[in-house]
Amino acid sequence: MALLRFDPGVDFWLLLAVPAIPLLGFVVNVFLGRGLPRKGDWLLTGGMFVSMAITVWLGAKAVSAAFAGETFFHRSAEHGISFSWLYQSGKEAGSPLNLTTGILYDGLSAAMLAVVGIVSFFVHLFSIGYMHGDRRYHVFFANISLFTFAMLGLVLSDNILFFFVFWELMGLMSYLLIGHFGQDPGSPRLLQASAACKKAFLTTRVGDTALFVGMMIFYWKFQTFEFTELWRLAQEEVARNAGEHPAWMTAAGLLVFGGTVGKSAQFPLHIWLPDAMEGPTPVSAMIHAATMVAAGVFLLGRTYPLMSPEVLAVVTVVGTLTALFAATIGTTVFDIKGVLAYSTISQLGFMVAACGLGGVVFGMFHMVTHAFFKACLFLCAGSVIHGCHHEQDMRRMGGLRKFMPVTFLCMLASTLAIAGIPLCSGFYSKDKIIQSAFERGLTQFDGVSFFAAAALPLAALLTAFYMFRLIFMTFFGEYRGGHAGHGRGHHDEHDGHGHHEEHAHTPHESPWPMTAALCGLALLGILGGHFWLSTPTDPLAGHTSPWFLRLVSLESMYGGRVAALPATEHVTHLAHSLALWVSLGVAFGGIAIAYVLYQRKLVDPARIARNLGEVYHTVANKYYVDELVDRVVVRPTLALARLQKWIDENLVDGIVNGAGHLNRGVGFLSAWFDLKVVDGAVNGTASLTQTLGALARLVQTGRVQQYISFAVAGGLALAAWLILS
Amino acid sequence: MGVGAYVAVSAALFGIGLVAIVARRNVLYVLMGIEMILNAANINFVAFARHAGNRLDGQMFAIFVIILAAAEAAVALAIVLNVFHLFHSVKPEGVDRLRE
Repeated sequence: MALLRFDPGVDFWLLLAVPAIPLLGFVVNVFLGRGLPRKGDWLLTGGMFVSMAITVWLGAKAVSAAFAGETFFHRSAEHGISFSWLYQSGKEAGSPLNLTTGILYDGLSAAMLAVVGIVSFFVHLFSIGYMHGDRRYHVFFANISLFTFAMLGLVLSDNILFFFVFWELMGLMSYLLIGHFGQDPGSPRLLQASAACKKAFLTTRVGDTALFVGMMIFYWKFQTFEFTELWRLAQEEVARNAGEHPAWMTAAGLLVFGGTVGKSAQFPLHIWLPDAMEGPTPVSAMIHAATMVAAGVFLLGRTYPLMSPEVLAVVTVVGTLTALFAATIGTTVFDIKGVLAYSTISQLGFMVAACGLGGVVFGMFHMVTHAFFKACLFLCAGSVIHGCHHEQDMRRMGGLRKFMPVTFLCMLASTLAIAGIPLCSGFYSKDKIIQSAFERGLTQFDGVSFFAAAALPLAALLTAFYMFRLIFMTFFGEYRGGHAGHGRGHHDEHDGHGHHEEHAHTPHESPWPMTAALCGLALLGILGGHFWLSTPTDPLAGHTSPWFLRLVSLESMYGGRVAALPATEHVTHLAHSLALWVSLGVAFGGIAIAYVLYQRKLVDPARIARNLGEVYHTVANKYYVDELVDRVVVRPTLALARLQKWIDENLVDGIVNGAGHLNRGVGFLSAWFDLKVVDGAVNGTASLTQTLGALARLVQTGRVQQYISFAVAGGLALAAWLILS
Repeated sequence: MGVGAYVAVSAALFGIGLVAIVARRNVLYVLMGIEMILNAANINFVAFARHAGNRLDGQMFAIFVIILAAAEAAVALAIVLNVFHLFHSVKPEGVDRLRE
């Protein structure tokens, strides 16, 4: 297995190439894309394929190292590959400010990198079909490549500062991509798209600010941004403090978790994510699976050793609340992408709750499995929307199984995975999370654990229910779209590809790049968990030595730098078997309810909704969180802005204009003095001279004879005076 | 005979010339008046030269003056022609552009 050994001399450069290729692709396509054949999509998709191949190849090395029993943990700085970003000597106390960045490649980043590479490649492939004919096709590809670059860079960063830089770049890219149609003057969803991208940007910005402050508190205390140093110093700090986390670490940890709340759409900052559906569907797949929301969970994984028990309790509560709350909303939504959006929020809640419950490894595992099946679900939804001529309302779909068999099979596979059916990836990861909750509940007997143990299975039940509701409404029954379905009112979604020559009013299967991407992701979604969880030698002993848990385990995750962590990796037998039965029960229970309500139609869902009355309205209106935020944050902000505008217009402008008027008055005075006094003196002198001149001119008649007469008279007078005197 | 008679003639001639210059309304008469004054001076030159011991310097001056008068007449006539050309008149009171 010498070939599969990580070689720092070569492989770090390969790792650098992974984000560099999409970045290069972005640069080429954004400047030259318009002129390239096919607007450069082949270039970026091909480049992404190379990146994906490298990530998979290096991921295989990580797996083989994990099986050889080694701790797979590589820092490029230890091999002299690091980039000095900022150096400033002469700080006080003699220690120079030296900010460097390098690559941190451990089991977690190996897994995440491969996920990002694979999902991003499939999204590129899918976009070739889906975005065909878009006005800004080459810009779309450039942006999605830069988005991938940001996520790859974030995964590889060995310090939280550069992590944050890529994190912010991702915020920008999500803004640009969600607002893709907001830049197109011909798009019917122009206003919605530009509002959605602003909302996403500003809402995540709240979390980003918290993360930045938390990060700076850690830097202020520890004088470092490096993850490995932070982990080590945090351990030392706790040991110095008699095993307790100091209060400042709790505060800073909460602020860092604020970043996750924003980016991973946790309550109450989840509001941007459903609106982000205005973006093209491949972008939604990208945001929901590989990039953006995964970054928040990844941050939790990276900073887990810094979190105090109090922070973890908050993390648990927020995650559990989000999981349950988004799942209930998911049951009332009729927009096919909306259902998926709320399911993403709910699944992210699962991941975050897992981290809070100590099952950080399971949280990471769910992030990986979720990435595949959620990317597949979104791309399938995109394919459905594409096939139904931009119809997104599930009430106008149905029976699509016959028209789009490939999409149907892929979507069904991914839905089985997300619902947690055994042998699909989602079952394994979700089972582990519920198991963590039970373990905590059985051992600790505190409110947080009981809440998680009660709410997470319920959320899982609802997940299975609303996902199969989607399947039954979309693919089974009779097609309800028909002729009226297309081009109607606000449901006329314009999602990218501009023109249909044929304009047939029956749904159709999507072109091959789209279905190929679907099949690839569906396979990974089905097999992913199974594949990674079981050992190659003994597939039945899945829970004893799973692949993924070998690759990403608490021992290897922090490179052996973290001694003791609150963890629930080794569970009691009771919690394990209980969790197994409960997750099986909720998965099949949810499907059964959906079957009864939406396939057999034994009970009319609308009647249930009517009977629930106000409760249903509250859930269907997303618990009025948007309205609350509008009242509490948006309107006061706007009012404050208006007040400031008023102050600006009346007070500040008054002062400025007053100064102007004063100056003008002084100017008038000065001009008057100049005109009257100064000019008067000058003109007076001139007119005096003129008057005197006019007097003198009187004798100048111009008559020669007169002059001579004067001369003679003068001469005579002179002579007379001479003679007489 | 003393020098007084010459001076008297000369003074008379001067007076007539002066009156002609100042009072005549034709430039040609004015020119004539100038000639008369010059000749009055000539008479004085010659008379006083004779009177002061038969010297020749006065007569030399007289000859200079005559030559000068000839040159002056030529120039003056040329000016008069030009004046006439400009003003269509040879009356000195009309030619008062010097005033400006």
